Amino acid sequence: MAQPLLEVRDLRVQFDTDDGVVRAVDGVNYSVGRGQSLGIVGESGSGKSVSSLAVMGLTRFQGARVTGEVIFDGRDLLTLSDEELRRVRGKEIAMIFQDPLSSLHPFYRVGHQLAEAVRAHNDVSKGKAKERAVELLGMVGIPQPQRRADAYPHEFSGGMRQRAMIAMALINDPKLLIADEPTTALDVTVQAQILDLIERLQKETDAAVIMITHDLGVVAEVTDEIAVMYAGRIIERATTDAIFDAPQHPYTWGLLRSIPRLDLPRDVELVPIEGRPPSLINRPSGCAFHPRCPFVRDAHKKIDPDLVAVEGDPGHLVACLLTVETRRQLWEKLRAGADPAEAREAVPLLSKEA
Amino acid sequence: MGAYIGRRLVGAFVLLLVVSALTFLFFNVLPSTDPAALRAGRQPTPELIAQIREDLGLDRPIIVQFGDYMLQVFTHFDFGRSYQQDQPVINLITARLPATVYLAVGAVIIWLTIGLSVGILAAVRHRSLFDRLSIGLSLVAISAPVYWLGLVALYLFAPNFGLIPLPFVGGQGSYAPPGQDLGGFVKAMILPWFVLAASFAAVYARVLRGSLLEVINEDYIRTARAKGLRERTVIFRHGVRSAITPVVTLLGLDLGILLGGAILTETVFNIPGLGRLAFSAIARGDLPIIQGTVLFGAFFIVLFNLIVDVVYAFLDPRVRY
Repeated sequence: MAQPLLEVRDLRVQFDTDDGVVRAVDGVNYSVGRGQSLGIVGESGSGKSVSSLAVMGLTRFQGARVTGEVIFDGRDLLTLSDEELRRVRGKEIAMIFQDPLSSLHPFYRVGHQLAEAVRAHNDVSKGKAKERAVELLGMVGIPQPQRRADAYPHEFSGGMRQRAMIAMALINDPKLLIADEPTTALDVTVQAQILDLIERLQKETDAAVIMITHDLGVVAEVTDEIAVMYAGRIIERATTDAIFDAPQHPYTWGLLRSIPRLDLPRDVELVPIEGRPPSLINRPSGCAFHPRCPFVRDAHKKIDPDLVAVEGDPGHLVACLLTVETRRQLWEKLRAGADPAEAREAVPLLSKEA
Repeated sequence: MGAYIGRRLVGAFVLLLVVSALTFLFFNVLPSTDPAALRAGRQPTPELIAQIREDLGLDRPIIVQFGDYMLQVFTHFDFGRSYQQDQPVINLITARLPATVYLAVGAVIIWLTIGLSVGILAAVRHRSLFDRLSIGLSLVAISAPVYWLGLVALYLFAPNFGLIPLPFVGGQGSYAPPGQDLGGFVKAMILPWFVLAASFAAVYARVLRGSLLEVINEDYIRTARAKGLRERTVIFRHGVRSAITPVVTLLGLDLGILLGGAILTETVFNIPGLGRLAFSAIARGDLPIIQGTVLFGAFFIVLFNLIVDVVYAFLDPRVRY
């Protein structure tokens, strides 16, 4: 297998606070091939955004301690100097953010902000940079790009602003695009357009994409692979099809059951995941999900499960202490519309041999 | 924009009218001294005082005096004559205005240079030793009254009695117009400039630091870094550019106030500016001068407020009038 474009190994990001050390990212491994797309899914505070900011080196400005390896195109980004990393940012790896209004500078014209990204990495005239900005604005579907380039962000609609952000991210033909909740702040109808746009541009430019979201529905159509994060770790990783067809982790089940589905009867209620995300300062003992897991056993409060391949499916990784057979049966029940209590009644909960 | 400025000018006119009326009222309702008696000399006869009263027009009803005064101001730019110095007030004011302007402008340059660079550096190196030190020192500078700081500065550096006299520092009352003796002028103004600028520099450093620290956490700063801009560009073009707006507001107000006369600094260093003119006029009950300096001061404040609002529209494209 060829060297992946991005390989993240044992990435840890910690912040010192007055209350103690926050382990925002706690040993994460993943890789993305050229032209591939990965979805990173999790609740707020699961570490999904911080892990990508760390890849970009943007956590350096927040006084974070970052360890591990981020191998991008053969180089470990974590060992680069600030200046070397700056040359990577916006040129080889670009990022778009959740709220396009607050992410664009309110005082500068949109075209200027795009041109600035060009000139940060290329020795070209302002005129040339501006031409490129207009070209990209046209490419992301902004009508009359020549005229709109002279508008300020507040004169754009939400969807147009996100298109402009995408144009800014793609302006230097990056090899990797990180999209951090790119549709969360947008109207539902606009969300679909933006996702379509990202998908289309990914095919056209052959850039790899990391899509960060709390919404499995968002990544379902777009990504090849999905990593589910919880409490700073990846607890399940598989192809998108496998995540939707045979999810293995109780947390993933919870995420899947909290999105509306058309294939279930209309009176089936959406089921929220009980409880709140855990503290990243004092991780729960054992499996970090155990306080919220409907299928918890006593041993799960003590043993911290590793992320290992599912028996019979080496590409599907999960960190869960239940046996494969137990998980299969539980998901059968849940998928059929049973609530977690019913599923627990019906299926004997067997843990893996320690 | 034009209509907006027009509306503001009408408002400014009304405001100046009200300020004049209030000054007039205060002076007449709470008379500190009788200007006619003061002018009449050491052994005045009642007849002489009455005569002076008539000459100065003080025997007329207050409302007539006020109406007449305002009419002269706005039709002939005539601010009346000083009771004591027998000169048109406008001449006295224009003679004193340059010293005040020089004092204010020099101090502004110094406090902007020091205040803004310290503020930026403290924000960029947040929680560093420099940050803590400069914020601590700024508190001292803000707390020190100008007259105390001025006297200390003279005590330390004045040429004839200072502890460490500096060759480039002139003493109290050595003011000379720059046209006459530029070197002497600069020497005379060095201490007043720095003394006046000290507390302002401290306030501006703190304001810009606070504002920049807030801006640095904005999403668009993260965007600027994400697109690979140099840190210098991120801080200045994206950060300071946004953080500077509260400083502009402050500067407008402070300049407006200072151009009306820096009474304390001018008094400590004996600089013949508007502040000292007003101060001595108050002591002598010279209403026309008080009236004139108050009007000038109010005019500058109104003017600079208007300028700030107009500048805002240029600084922030979201602002529309």
